[in-house]
Amino acid sequence: MCLGIPGQITEVTDAARMMAVADVSGVRRAVNVAPIADGPLDGLVGKWALIHVGFAMAVIDEDEAEKTLEALRGLGEAQETLEAMAAGQAALEGRT
Amino acid sequence: MKYAEEFRDPVAARALLAEIARVSDQIGATAEKPIHIMEICGGHTHAIFRYGLDKLTPPGIEFIHGPGCPVCVLPMSRVDECVELAEQPGVIFTTFGDAMRVPGTRKSLLQAKADGADIRMVYSPLDALELARRNPDREVIFFGLGFETTTPSTAFSIQQAAAEGLENFSVFCNHITVPPPIKALLDDPHMVLDGFVGPGHVSMVIGIHPYDFIARDYGKPIVVAGFEPLDLLQSVLMVLQQIREGRAEVQNQYARVVPEHGNPASLAAIEDVYTPRPSFEWRGLGEIDASGLRIRDSYARFDAEVKFGIGYAAGPRHVEEVEGCECGAVMTGRIKPTGCPQFGRGCTPEMPLGALMVSSEGACAAYYQYGGARAPEAAE
Repeated sequence: MCLGIPGQITEVTDAARMMAVADVSGVRRAVNVAPIADGPLDGLVGKWALIHVGFAMAVIDEDEAEKTLEALRGLGEAQETLEAMAAGQAALEGRT
Repeated sequence: MKYAEEFRDPVAARALLAEIARVSDQIGATAEKPIHIMEICGGHTHAIFRYGLDKLTPPGIEFIHGPGCPVCVLPMSRVDECVELAEQPGVIFTTFGDAMRVPGTRKSLLQAKADGADIRMVYSPLDALELARRNPDREVIFFGLGFETTTPSTAFSIQQAAAEGLENFSVFCNHITVPPPIKALLDDPHMVLDGFVGPGHVSMVIGIHPYDFIARDYGKPIVVAGFEPLDLLQSVLMVLQQIREGRAEVQNQYARVVPEHGNPASLAAIEDVYTPRPSFEWRGLGEIDASGLRIRDSYARFDAEVKFGIGYAAGPRHVEEVEGCECGAVMTGRIKPTGCPQFGRGCTPEMPLGALMVSSEGACAAYYQYGGARAPEAAE
């Protein structure tokens, strides 16, 4: 649970709340970009970040993202994270 | 060498392993007189077992599995308090899934949920915040658990709740910090550690300087490492090279992600929302000075301990561990998981007795799943 998973920021949804959407292995997830915000948030669109429990913690390059994803898949952590995201969505909808 | 074939770059892996063997020989490390290297992070523990790094490295190198799995070091008393909070009328208790199966003295959160408590697994404290917005007549408590990697997420969430005036949101804070238990382990006269592989994603938040004391005051090398198997091998080699050359330094193998001074926005949020507790209880390690965080008085209205008058807010208390459970001895490296009489018998990943068997990052679960290094019978 201590690891971040790479995701690509695809759009800024609520700049006041520092909220954006990231594509994490094909899953769209709301993320907070406060830790990596440096100037206008639109500058983050298209960038890769390490995402930990819904927060973009560090900007990484695409090659690093690919290698990290591979390492996480090897550990089963990538799948675990995607399942946790689905569980979070279910909790919001009261489907628990 | 079957594991090496699984590496992204088997050629590089073999070259690193050969160099590790060479430096290990130069130091004179043997199975009888090994070099003890502690990997602090539970994610590293998992990777070491998954890729068989403990088997691939020479017998003169012994990995000691550190206290870096937040679920594993959570004392039973805190699990009990989670259950107590979750069973309050009107409460929606939200938690990371990892914590659901950790045994308390009465029950785990999973059992409490089965008994009717409204407990919801979430991915992020942001999900808990959203639940609070959608359920203004309910109190939404988030179980804040984790090291410095995770702490910023709850700090930002509390700041956001304050900005929105969201008064039905609170955090049960169990955030802990990496450096104090390392100091406690180094101060333990029974502990023989020669060097450390430092946590990668924790360091992405705090930087590398909080580890300076390890090199400066205790003369031990530490190398902050990434999570790829090659990162870990490279880091082990760097630790060995320091030992060979009589150096003790903080080195950053994972500089592509870990900035020297960490993440400024995250550190500022942590500083704004949290302050160290005088001490915090760790499973197997006892109370450790200044090792846990509490929510500052300025944000007390978001502190579940204050709101419900439980936990440290209700005064100090300690709950004895389950009899026969040797999590503490495993955690401090005194015994291997297989040395625990309950390992694989009364305690399995399906029915964990001790916390080290719960999370895939726990040493016992990793031993159980992949088989211990010099104890191949362990997985049978």
